[in-house]
Amino acid sequence: MKNNFLSFVKKESLHILRDRRTMLIVVLIPIVLMVLFGFAISTEVNDIKVAAVAPDRTDGVRDAVERLARNDYFTFCGYTDNRSIDALLRSGKTDAVVVFAADFDRRMQSAASGLPSSPAIQLILDASNVNTAGAATAYLQGVLLGAESQQSLFETRMLFNPQMKSAFNFVPGIMGLIFILVCAMMTSVSIVREKEVGTMEVLLVSPVRPFKIIFAKMIPYFAISCCVLILILLLARYLLGVPMSGGVAGIFSLSLLYLVLSLSLGLLVSTIARTQVAALLISAMVMMMPILMLSGMLFPIENLPKFFQTVSLLVPTRWYIDAVRKMMIQGASVVEVWQDCVILFCMTALVLGVSLKKFNDKLE
Amino acid sequence: MSDIVISVRNLTKCFGDFVAVDHISFDVYRGEIFGFLGANGAGKTTAMRMLCGLSFPTSGEGSVAGCDVQCEGERIKRHIGYMSQRFSLYNDLSVWENMDLFAGIYGLSKKETAERAAELLAKLDFVSERDTLVGALPLGWKQKLSFAIATIHRPEVVFLDEPTGGVDPVTRRQFWEMIYEAADAGTTIFVTTHYMDEAEYCSRVSIMVDGVVRALDTPARLKQQFAAGSMDEVFRILARGARRGE
Amino acid sequence: MNAIDIQSLSKRFGRVQALDAVSFSVGKGELFGLIGPDGAGKTTLFRLLTTLLTPNSGTASVDGFDIVNDYLSIRSRVGYMPGRFSLYPDLTVEENLDFFAALFGVRARESYDLVAPIYKQIEPFRKRRAGKLSGGMKQKLALSCALIHRPSVLFLDEPTTGVDAVSRSEFWDMLASLQQKGITILVSTPYMDEASRCDRIALCNEGHILGIDTPNDIVRRFDAPLYAVRASNMYALLSAARRIEGVAECYPFGEVHHLVTDRGFDPSRFLGQLNELDDLSIEPVVPTIEDIFIKWMKR
Repeated sequence: MKNNFLSFVKKESLHILRDRRTMLIVVLIPIVLMVLFGFAISTEVNDIKVAAVAPDRTDGVRDAVERLARNDYFTFCGYTDNRSIDALLRSGKTDAVVVFAADFDRRMQSAASGLPSSPAIQLILDASNVNTAGAATAYLQGVLLGAESQQSLFETRMLFNPQMKSAFNFVPGIMGLIFILVCAMMTSVSIVREKEVGTMEVLLVSPVRPFKIIFAKMIPYFAISCCVLILILLLARYLLGVPMSGGVAGIFSLSLLYLVLSLSLGLLVSTIARTQVAALLISAMVMMMPILMLSGMLFPIENLPKFFQTVSLLVPTRWYIDAVRKMMIQGASVVEVWQDCVILFCMTALVLGVSLKKFNDKLE
Repeated sequence: MSDIVISVRNLTKCFGDFVAVDHISFDVYRGEIFGFLGANGAGKTTAMRMLCGLSFPTSGEGSVAGCDVQCEGERIKRHIGYMSQRFSLYNDLSVWENMDLFAGIYGLSKKETAERAAELLAKLDFVSERDTLVGALPLGWKQKLSFAIATIHRPEVVFLDEPTGGVDPVTRRQFWEMIYEAADAGTTIFVTTHYMDEAEYCSRVSIMVDGVVRALDTPARLKQQFAAGSMDEVFRILARGARRGE
Repeated sequence: MNAIDIQSLSKRFGRVQALDAVSFSVGKGELFGLIGPDGAGKTTLFRLLTTLLTPNSGTASVDGFDIVNDYLSIRSRVGYMPGRFSLYPDLTVEENLDFFAALFGVRARESYDLVAPIYKQIEPFRKRRAGKLSGGMKQKLALSCALIHRPSVLFLDEPTTGVDAVSRSEFWDMLASLQQKGITILVSTPYMDEASRCDRIALCNEGHILGIDTPNDIVRRFDAPLYAVRASNMYALLSAARRIEGVAECYPFGEVHHLVTDRGFDPSRFLGQLNELDDLSIEPVVPTIEDIFIKWMKR
């Protein structure tokens, strides 16, 4: 009977290989998402165009501007005057304008010696993108105060992601999403397709036990997902430069657990859905939406209303993303994320158990 | 029976090198029940599409209800009705809503729609089912209803695609009675099917093999000509030599 | 022992009684036909016998095994061809056959002698995807796949639906040759004209069996005189004939109308009463399965 199991796997693989379009989508989606989130859609601040207004170009002013121009995050686009500020910002030629007070040097000195003084610098920013503006303000302050900031009250150090690269945050999110997409959606559709075409009747009438049918179906999708997983990890490491400081082995094995969970979810959907369209809709509405909204992928869980925070406890992806984030970025080892692992493991066992029980060998 | 409703001369349709319909010619008269038969892949679907104005012939000419198949495809559609086994009515709409929908599609006015719907409901003895969902009707009733709706705009020709497959013999006879009645009232009926027992009900039958009309006559004369006991035998004699399909 | 034994088997889906206390037996090596329209319960009966469904009441056995208690034993002994196209359209002819062989734990080679007469006809296309085959070829492939594990009982649910007359006739020839090899075949069809190819038939409608007999004997049970009438205007004839005394029923029957009459009916008097119709003729005919079906349906 081992023979027929292998034939099953072979047949399933043929289905996948012959469906070129789906194959392409499965491989392309992770790449596109990684590149998209990694580069294009980023909340980090890069290449801020700054102009300066300085009635007196004193040494102090020159020093400050010099520091700006040298910094990688800023592009200095020259001096301007008070009247042009508005036009410059409106046209988008600059993102921020630094206005130095006429007696900048003096004000700085009195500030340095602890005497009360009026502000020496005014920052005018295009805040149409609040995130960028906020980050730019913080950067500008840091850079401009530079040498003069020794006596600053705060010392801020960004650990784990010192440059605040948003890609680091998105990679675990993308992984959480992709595997549900590949495993859950594709397995459920492929099982339901057999119901629709009528081949499921013949399969059930054969002496092969249902769990064999199921596992044979899962194997090729599991294999594809492993390839996608490796692809994502490679892209993350070498294209986006994610540190993976917690060890690739740990991330990989946790992801394998998550793959099994996703496959089980797909199986569960297939026991409920009768048509391929229904399977797709259930996967999209019942799985994708909570993952996008409640897993911490797009919005931090702490920012959600209390009710949704509670609901998010039931979203497996939340725990997966949490664990992967810790391992990828904070350098935590598998042992340190044991809680997430245990929760995921229990969820897998539960979903797999329920769906195997529901998948019976009759048509009712 | 001299009034010609469908006239086809050397009608041809090619898909690349493949000649799906190869110079077919025939006439269909008013009030006739014309059976259009052929094996799978013989080209009957392609030919029927041209007659319904859904595709243009590569060459040859034809007219349906006075409209040219080469250039008046849209006008043809207004003069014909169509009923198929596979798609006929919306199950989630009521009997009346289906009637209203198709009346609207064929541009009947509100007043015409109301009159025509009342007339059809009375004829079908469906008045009490006016607001029943079509999905809840027995199969036989659905079939009668979909024929009635196919004739809601009083078309000159009604195309029927395998109209009675899978229906019980009693309902099937009620259905053919409706068709006889419509034909008697001057509507031309064009039936495509590959079930030969349906062919026996037609006034004349044409049989297509490999894109060509190989036989055209009344069922009685065809059986005589091929010394066969049934249309099924006639068909098998003609289609045995077919190259396409298998 | 019979190949199939069915004792007052019933199955309902919600409010629909799909099968209502059906009983019959099929002998070993018999070619048994279930003839009935859509909604007669044929598919439900097949699914019950192939153990895909469990009955609400009644019992049945296939090859000596109970359909409820021994359902796993039944599954390895029956071949089943469901009504819909039950092959993988994206796999080739060969891959489909190999897969179904593996499904039943056999090698395609081992059953080649049984499948060969059918499979040979499609073998030239073995590298073609099943979805690209014509209706007749798909049907042959599906039959080959259902036979690959040498089943003792074969269940064919409407195998000839959607297939043209030539392929249908060839298909029945194949069934006859399988029967020669001792395989019991239960086949369903909505087409009355296919009934004559079976050893015995059961006429069924709306979950009931109307009657069971051999194709020849079943029509002998038509117990009223039957005539075929025709006239130049067939539609006018239909309503006119129904008004004549002694005519129990008149219904279209292909080119003619069939007239079911009382015992004392006089055909020549009938002709006289309808002399306003042109080319009127009447002759006695032998009832067909459709006639008996109509009669039993109205019973």
